[in-house]
Amino acid sequence: MEKIDATGMHFKELNSLVRRSGHKEVTILNCIGQRYIGTALKTGSITVEGTPGNALGAYLDGGHILVKGNCQDAVGDTMNDGEIIVHGNAGDALGYAMRGGKIFVRGNSGYRTGVHMKEYKDKKPVIIVGGTSGSFLGEYLAGGVIVVLNLNGETLCTGKFTGTGMHGGKIFLRTENGSILPDLPPQASVRESTEEDMAEIRTDLERYLSVFRIEREKLFSGRFWTVTPNAKNPYTRLYTAD
Amino acid sequence: MKKEGEIRIPSGCAISGIFSKSDRKIGGEDIIRSIAVMHDRSNGLGGGFAGYGIYPQYKDFYAFHVFYENRDAKKECEAILESLYDIINLSKIPVRKIPEITDEPLIWRYFVTPLPSKLADSQLDEREFVVRSVFRVNITVRGAYIFSSGKNMGVFKGVGFPEDIGRFYRLEEYEADCFTAHGRYPTNTPGWWGGAHPFALLDYSVVHNGEISSYDANRRAIEVHGYKCTLQTDTEVITYIFDYLNRRIGLSFREIASVIAAPFWQTIEKMEPEERQIHEYLRNAFESQLITGPFSILVGFEGGLMALNDRLKLRSMVVGEKEDRVYIASEESAIRVIEPAPDRVWSPKGGEPVIFEKKADKEENHAVDFRLSRI
Amino acid sequence: MQSIFVYPEYEVERNESRCTMCRICERECSNGVHRFNASTGKIDCDDTRCANCHRCVEMCPVRALKIVKSGHTFRTNANWTAQAVTEIFKQASTGGVLLSSMGNPEEQPVYFDRILINASQVTNPSIDPLREPMETRVFLGPKPSRIERDKNGKLINNLKPQLKAEMPILFSAMSYGSVSYKVHEALAKAAGALGIYYNTGEGGLHEDFYKYGDHTIVQVASGRFGVHPDYLNSAAAIEIKMGQGAKPGIGGHLPGTKIVDDVSRTRMIPEGSDAISPAPHHDIYSIEDLRQLIDSLKEATDYKKPVIVKVAAVHNIAAIAGGIARSGADIISIDGYRGGTGAAPTRIRNNVGIPIELALASVDRRLREEGVRDRVSLIAAGSIRNSADIVKAIALGADACSIGTAALIALGCHLCRSCQTGSCNWGIATQKPELVKRLDAEEGARRLINLLTAWNHEIKEMMGGMGINSIESLKGNRLMLRGIGLNAKELEILGIGHAGE
Repeated sequence: MEKIDATGMHFKELNSLVRRSGHKEVTILNCIGQRYIGTALKTGSITVEGTPGNALGAYLDGGHILVKGNCQDAVGDTMNDGEIIVHGNAGDALGYAMRGGKIFVRGNSGYRTGVHMKEYKDKKPVIIVGGTSGSFLGEYLAGGVIVVLNLNGETLCTGKFTGTGMHGGKIFLRTENGSILPDLPPQASVRESTEEDMAEIRTDLERYLSVFRIEREKLFSGRFWTVTPNAKNPYTRLYTAD
Repeated sequence: MKKEGEIRIPSGCAISGIFSKSDRKIGGEDIIRSIAVMHDRSNGLGGGFAGYGIYPQYKDFYAFHVFYENRDAKKECEAILESLYDIINLSKIPVRKIPEITDEPLIWRYFVTPLPSKLADSQLDEREFVVRSVFRVNITVRGAYIFSSGKNMGVFKGVGFPEDIGRFYRLEEYEADCFTAHGRYPTNTPGWWGGAHPFALLDYSVVHNGEISSYDANRRAIEVHGYKCTLQTDTEVITYIFDYLNRRIGLSFREIASVIAAPFWQTIEKMEPEERQIHEYLRNAFESQLITGPFSILVGFEGGLMALNDRLKLRSMVVGEKEDRVYIASEESAIRVIEPAPDRVWSPKGGEPVIFEKKADKEENHAVDFRLSRI
Repeated sequence: MQSIFVYPEYEVERNESRCTMCRICERECSNGVHRFNASTGKIDCDDTRCANCHRCVEMCPVRALKIVKSGHTFRTNANWTAQAVTEIFKQASTGGVLLSSMGNPEEQPVYFDRILINASQVTNPSIDPLREPMETRVFLGPKPSRIERDKNGKLINNLKPQLKAEMPILFSAMSYGSVSYKVHEALAKAAGALGIYYNTGEGGLHEDFYKYGDHTIVQVASGRFGVHPDYLNSAAAIEIKMGQGAKPGIGGHLPGTKIVDDVSRTRMIPEGSDAISPAPHHDIYSIEDLRQLIDSLKEATDYKKPVIVKVAAVHNIAAIAGGIARSGADIISIDGYRGGTGAAPTRIRNNVGIPIELALASVDRRLREEGVRDRVSLIAAGSIRNSADIVKAIALGADACSIGTAALIALGCHLCRSCQTGSCNWGIATQKPELVKRLDAEEGARRLINLLTAWNHEIKEMMGGMGINSIESLKGNRLMLRGIGLNAKELEILGIGHAGE
């Protein structure tokens, strides 16, 4: 375990130190806004204490990143593989264009969570948000799974325009007590999650519970809903040849 | 009629230079005789000289030579100079009225040093301070033109044949460590004296023969760095390139030659690895300062003289050496007329700089040059 | 809904006396224009299906076919043209957005055609490129603002990563999916042989083409298709696509029908699923976010690759380029409004953006005024049709040009502008195996090499005429250009004088 004190460091210096550590186990202390931590990391793990800057784990390709506090925007941008665990909240565009790997957030996530996420063969990205997410959740979603657990039982688990332009993948929403489902765009529809749906995310939920030490009962006291796209070619009738 | 600067005037030319490697000074008469031999390379529309080491009594002060079209311009310019400089001495530049030279502007000379408080306020290096104030006058004061701004050197130029300009300025009364001369063959009348050559900034002065084809690429590139090409002449932009690359970037004169007359890639590719790397770097990093088209130039600077031909050697240039004297001219006759029996006469190759320096003055620069020349 | 029949604009003319009924035309036309009629023993032509792509004309062994304008007309109207009327018919029938392919064909001024090039006479000599050195090699990337020396005074190479191109021409971004495998193969081979670069476009890099990495620019667009660390590291440079000249401000949409097999593998999305590129990058909503994407790409590739930012030429392009230059981009690629596309809404293609000539001139001037021109190289694109366009673009201030449409024409494209159908008879804009195999990549590469070798020679001839023997001295050398038939404002924007001035 190597410790790097990031106090006063520019991101270039910090990331270069991380790269030179050989990508095994690194803990970054006093992180404050340094961007691009763990970019394209293939192996090893990074633990961040403090507040990492934008684009944490961009193009992540197998490495593990653990953040003890909150994250900013564009976490896991264009991520290919690996795992990012955030004990606090995450900002906007979490997991943008993500193709593989997992992002677990204990708190809330911002606008456009999982925007344009996609899957390919064995690559199936997963985002699980413990609290609520902002608007445009899963915009353009083309593959993979986004789960918003709403563990605090808020009335609205997401903002507006959930699943707009969705043409692949699934969004799982959890409600409890009086919480209501968001309006959906014409491209998507919602059903109460089936056994089959739940089977798809069970392993990831188990891992989520254990990572954040959450009790199973708490989780399953709510109801799960699955949002799916109506077609994988939603715009075929949009055009006419000129 | 538009004056030069408002239009671009291609020109042909004669150039000549004499350099003393020792303390033995050169008389102004010699350089007039040399350039006069090449009378037919000029057409009476421009001539001029630069002399180095001519103001030993004021050698620590910048010598500004200024053309004024009228008294208002003089008043306005002097107000600016007084606000920025301590003016140690000012006077008309002594001239001799001769029938060949007419319509001269008011020609004044100032020995100045920046006011310490103004210099400190500007947060500029002293020479940059001087450069900016020269540009300020030349761009903003209508009818005023500072055409010489170095220390212990001066430019003397005007519209006429160079030998007449020399006599007009009483050049035979000056003694110098180095003289350069220029006889101009513009295709059109320049309309004013500012268009004559040499062109100078600080102690860099350039005389040049040929019309370069890269002019506008060079001009637009150098203007990015704060220079303003008010005359639209090749010589002006070449002077700024030297000032930029030597004073501001810190390249040696030999390295500058590898920039402005860069070898062809096929030549660079045949060099030894270390030399090749340097040339590749210089050519790529300073690509906009490459000069193409015909040129032969003499660049005067503090304690030295450099001659350079374009890489295709489209213009002629001859070097003669005799004891402590170096002669460089467009034609050999311009050397033989003042030194009939030189020890050595030769023509430099295209793109290969010839640099002469007073060694004692320029140890450091010379050391860098020597190492580069060896590889 | 019932569609309104409009007699087709073009019709097939068959010379019956030459036709031998070999039925090659029937086999060659993927649009189904030619059909053998057993009852008459003749070949019927359905002109409504004809794209005017000339495939049948060229393949006919006896030269029996040609395509002619049908001559069918509406009543003459300078305002309500036949096109305006038929487009309304189409939209009224379908409710669809009009979709077109390739660059804007409208009659708007082409500034390149109104610019003339200089040559030397008397005051300096022209140079003969056949016998004297004449250099067109360019380096693309930022130039240092200062030098560094080691303790012995030796110059240190402090240049940031550069692209070295043996001529100032690159191939524009065209994605695998919008064009075929064979097109990429031909472009990659030609780029390698010519010492230049081709560009993957936004569809990822096919596994077969990693070996051409040294001559490949990989693109990162809003859809991030096929983007992963190995993809980024395989290339000579990375291009962030912010916009495209043919459709500034809108995203892309490759229909699921084109996401087959290899295309799906290369884009890393399932077969048959639409490939939708969002209009913006959702991690870039502001200029400071662009810096973030540039820096993250540099972090991902350890600062070894230049990063290009490609933008469409829009009204305030000069200010935008200034911002890009200050955001760590090494190269800016500007795509004019005539640039090609595999599919774009007609109204966007024909009405949005500005010509590359004006955009380039104002960007180059603004970057110089702001003192940041040395921080970036400029690539101009958006209908570069010949070597004279390139010479003019470079003199206006470009460091190099990209060609897309011209390269496709060299490969056999006949500009029938039907790419969006996916049935390209020339094997270019299609993924149908039987059509793709019509394109021979080796032969295609040879044709591209021929074209650019010829253009490069023409560039040298024009440079030689100007007395310039290194392309650096042409860059931004606007004194070498004069306008013809341009007004004072146009000349001012282009920064050139009028002919005769």
